[in-house]
Amino acid sequence: MSSDPNVTGPRTEALVADASEALRRRKGGRVQRVGDHLKREWQLYVMLIPTILWLLIFLYKPMYGLQIAFKDYSIFRGVAGSPWVGLEHFQTLFGNEQFLRALKNTVIISFYSLIFGFPMPILLALMFNEILHQTFKKTAQTIVYLPHFISSVIIAGIVITAFSPSAGIVNTVMGWFGIEPIYFLTRAEWFRPIFVGTSIWQEAGFQSIVYLAAIAGVSPTLYESAVVDGASRWQMMWKITLPSILPTIIIMLIIRIGNMLEVSFEMIILLYQPATYQTADVVNTFIYRQGIQGGQYDLAAAAGLFNAAVAFVLVMTANTIAKRYSRTSLW
Amino acid sequence: MINMNLYSRGDRAFVILNMVLIGLFTISTLYPFIYIASLSLSSGFEARAGNVILTPVGFTLEAYKRVLAEPLFWSSYRNTLIYTVGGTLMSLAFIIPGAYALSRPQLYGRRFWNLMVAFTMWFHAGMIPFFLNMRDLGLLDSYFGIIIGFAVNGFNIILLRNFFEGIPQSFEEAARMDGASEFQVLWKVYMPLSKPAIATVALFCIVSRWNGFFWAMVLLQDESKIPLQVYLRKVIAELSDDEQFANSLMTASYSFETVSAAIMVCSIIPILLIYPFLQKYFSKGILLGGVKE
Repeated sequence: MSSDPNVTGPRTEALVADASEALRRRKGGRVQRVGDHLKREWQLYVMLIPTILWLLIFLYKPMYGLQIAFKDYSIFRGVAGSPWVGLEHFQTLFGNEQFLRALKNTVIISFYSLIFGFPMPILLALMFNEILHQTFKKTAQTIVYLPHFISSVIIAGIVITAFSPSAGIVNTVMGWFGIEPIYFLTRAEWFRPIFVGTSIWQEAGFQSIVYLAAIAGVSPTLYESAVVDGASRWQMMWKITLPSILPTIIIMLIIRIGNMLEVSFEMIILLYQPATYQTADVVNTFIYRQGIQGGQYDLAAAAGLFNAAVAFVLVMTANTIAKRYSRTSLW
Repeated sequence: MINMNLYSRGDRAFVILNMVLIGLFTISTLYPFIYIASLSLSSGFEARAGNVILTPVGFTLEAYKRVLAEPLFWSSYRNTLIYTVGGTLMSLAFIIPGAYALSRPQLYGRRFWNLMVAFTMWFHAGMIPFFLNMRDLGLLDSYFGIIIGFAVNGFNIILLRNFFEGIPQSFEEAARMDGASEFQVLWKVYMPLSKPAIATVALFCIVSRWNGFFWAMVLLQDESKIPLQVYLRKVIAELSDDEQFANSLMTASYSFETVSAAIMVCSIIPILLIYPFLQKYFSKGILLGGVKE
């Protein structure tokens, strides 16, 4: 069997034959085992296959299609048939003022959302925890969770109506104080405050659930001994509750930073208009306009890939920092 | 829990201030909904003039009559129901068996399959490749495309898988003794025990389907297939982009504001109807989904 000159003599050959026979038997055994396993457990694979196929067709196949970011994509040639162009689209992007503006807006809007939006649910959870009147607490929670379940089209509709120059409540109230009406949604300088404010209004209540659950897990004995020591409620909130939920806060912060560039562009599409692109256009809305509306699929895919890469780096960095300083991390 | 009398005066001030602040936040959350509801019931003239503050001014149902007389409103409402019911059933048909298989220790390559699901939560190809893929699959402008294209979601699978894994083996032993197949064990043992988790996943699906807007707008060009949210968007965009057009539509009885408010109310009502369930299961779902892998 072997052509190795060192292996000679009948004894060695017998050994080799034995070994290969054993190997074959074992292999046969494995095949048989897999066969038996499938015969016994085929139902599990029947259950699993639809989900796996779905993932392959709808999520993994587009990942293969992502290569058009490096290609001169044409619909007729398809993904595989289009010629490679290397980094040309990325060069175009970084020479494109609209893309650079979108990048800048994404960073600024994400930053505002983080600074103003991240502490709000924590604050709300701490405050809800201090309410002793159960009916009041339940009613308030029921109401503040509600906007989370309302579609962004309706939320945007409410914003457009409320801020409208002629009929909107905001301008009506401003009129009481003698302030001239402002057509808020056509003014670039108003877009970011309105957008960030709306997201906080919509999500802060619901996001507080995670922190409330963390607070519920704090050991009551901590509070009991604090009461014995004569601590005030303010001190207990500050010295016991907040430090106890710090790990949760850090986890949420990491997730938040990782998703930072995923500005809820659906809401931006609903609220912005050419007059406010200057401050409102983000990378995802840029991709939507260039790609889906404008048909420049390859360029838009390159912008999307860039966004995803930056997001990936962000979440990795945040995770590493969290690991180093607090021993709390996502993975 | 702890008696209020124990508190010092400082504590009491703190508790009261806290209640006032929470009360204000709650009111500011509720107010926009009341405003929209009142607007939808006000006369067009009063709404245009900005006279609606809290309650309807010049009460009328004209805006609703106008909305309900629009065939596109009805077809889009019907479509939303189709997408919500069909999409949710489709999701459950994929997710329940898939999550069950992934929870079984004897599954070959279990780690690999689980990783394959989890990876989709951390990395997406993005908008353009997904869109081109849907187009290549011939799923543009199709009911089936909307229903199948968003059926599976890694988060929901992992949530349900974790729940299945938490069910003790002892529950299924009796069924195994009787020679039950995997399908029977899932159907007769696991599904009845997992009602809360399945309800949570179903509600996640229902809400995202009912509210889904962006992909419906992108994938559906045919007006007869659009869901309610896309229709509402069209109404608002057409009228608010063009003040003159909006003015021309105005009569004394209804205006652009009252009509779009009426559509919004019609779209919010079903969510309010299932809201008690949403509140009960969503908070659980979020916490169950303390998903790492």
